[in-house]
Amino acid sequence: MSQQQFMQNPWSNWMKGEGPDSDIVISTRLRIARNLRQHPFPLLATDSQGEEVVRKVTEVSESDAMRKRHHLQVIQMDQVNPLEKRVLVEKHLISPHLAEESRKGAVLLSPDESVSIMVNEEDHIRIQVLLPGFRLNDAWEIGTKIDDIFERNLNYAFDETRGYLTSCPTNVGTGIRASVMLHLPALVMTQQISRILQAINQVGLVVRGIYGEGSEALGNLFQLSNQVTLGMSESDILSNLYGVARQIIEQERVARTYLLEHTRVSLEDRIFRSYGILMYARTVESKEAAQRLSDVRLGIDLGVIPDVSPLVLNELLVTTQPGFLQQHAGQKLTPDQRDERRARLIRERIADTEK
Amino acid sequence: MNCEECGKRPATLHLTKIVNGEKTEYHICEHCAQEKGDVFTGFHNFSINNLLSGLLKFDPMQKSAKESSANKTLRCETCGLTFAQFSKSGRFGCSDCYTFLGDRLDPLFRRIHGNTQHIGKVPERTGGQLKIRKELEQLKQALQTHVASEEFEKAAEMRDRIRALEQKMAQS
Repeated sequence: MSQQQFMQNPWSNWMKGEGPDSDIVISTRLRIARNLRQHPFPLLATDSQGEEVVRKVTEVSESDAMRKRHHLQVIQMDQVNPLEKRVLVEKHLISPHLAEESRKGAVLLSPDESVSIMVNEEDHIRIQVLLPGFRLNDAWEIGTKIDDIFERNLNYAFDETRGYLTSCPTNVGTGIRASVMLHLPALVMTQQISRILQAINQVGLVVRGIYGEGSEALGNLFQLSNQVTLGMSESDILSNLYGVARQIIEQERVARTYLLEHTRVSLEDRIFRSYGILMYARTVESKEAAQRLSDVRLGIDLGVIPDVSPLVLNELLVTTQPGFLQQHAGQKLTPDQRDERRARLIRERIADTEK
Repeated sequence: MNCEECGKRPATLHLTKIVNGEKTEYHICEHCAQEKGDVFTGFHNFSINNLLSGLLKFDPMQKSAKESSANKTLRCETCGLTFAQFSKSGRFGCSDCYTFLGDRLDPLFRRIHGNTQHIGKVPERTGGQLKIRKELEQLKQALQTHVASEEFEKAAEMRDRIRALEQKMAQS
């Protein structure tokens, strides 16, 4: 796949929404942070030191062992324009930090975009696996195998006591951060969400909005991830996250059934109003779009709206973001122009998929 | 006053930014503020590292002024990062910082992770003998359990595996 295609194609593998529990878990993400011994961390590295790290990592990605598993394409950050970077961020393939602040940053992408390896982000190597639905173990299997291939070819910074040494002390140890993106409209509607979020913080997990640190929970989407990386094994971290996510999924299902049984008319009313707005509105702001898309998605999952595919909703979630809209338009747009294009895009996509 | 950005909606956010003594004022609506994002970089940049800095500055366990001045002179001999710089940025400069800043890091790790010792994956090639040592520990524990429950055949099996591993360690 060419660099151009990565930018134009709104479809990433994780959006195909066909994994386990995909009515609630949109995607599963795993990140593994690794660094090379005897190379200053990206924070202090000079341009030429940064380039050397990119060269070493790229070499391994072209080795037979890696080719057998993944055909990775290298994209250098200094060869991508700001709009294209934003698209990569909106598709969750790179972090805002790699896009905006890293020097000599690069990303290695698999054609289906389920694997992206950031080079010279906060750490030298950040392996990311992104899968649709609830698939923590699969993500770990894929990630740890890539990690093994790098480790056979590069000298990792590893310490017997501290584990994998990372640039930030919050990642040291296993270097893994696993997360699931959850769609929890019924828990929000029944106002149970704040109680649940509080409980989560007490078991070493953390919840964020979908675009990572500091972002709010747009469209009832919550990203649940592990906080602790030192003193717990990878399997402990994953099973802890799995167990808590499982509980939340069940709670959401109970809340959805409750709403259907007790407030069916008002729930259907809300869903169909949102559906109507998305089908007919001529201008829609991003925040409203996220909320309406969430309502419609709930309507689809509950069988209230039978003829729209949930996959379209996953796709629209990404393609209605400002960067994507502008990339699609091929020019910079004012907020008003974006609202108009956003409304048109949603109308057309929903009309396309109606049976 | 209307929003400076779109000119339509009323400006609800009033912001004063001072960079190098130069003062700039912004009056924008919430909608444009969200789309514009960059005006607020000052807020968005508040990250986990700022919090770390807070964790490092306040150490009630610190015993003396001597210790605190020792922190000031502590530096990584490889990349030159000082403990003071680290506690400001919350980031290490290279992997050797973990060695040179050493024990001073334990309270921080304990606060973040509740732990100071890694117990997860060990790299095959660069993990040294740690992988074998961990396996040995597990085998020795298993041996004890089998002896305690008088399962002597299983215990003998563990003993043989321990011996084989110890030989392997001695050779490498």
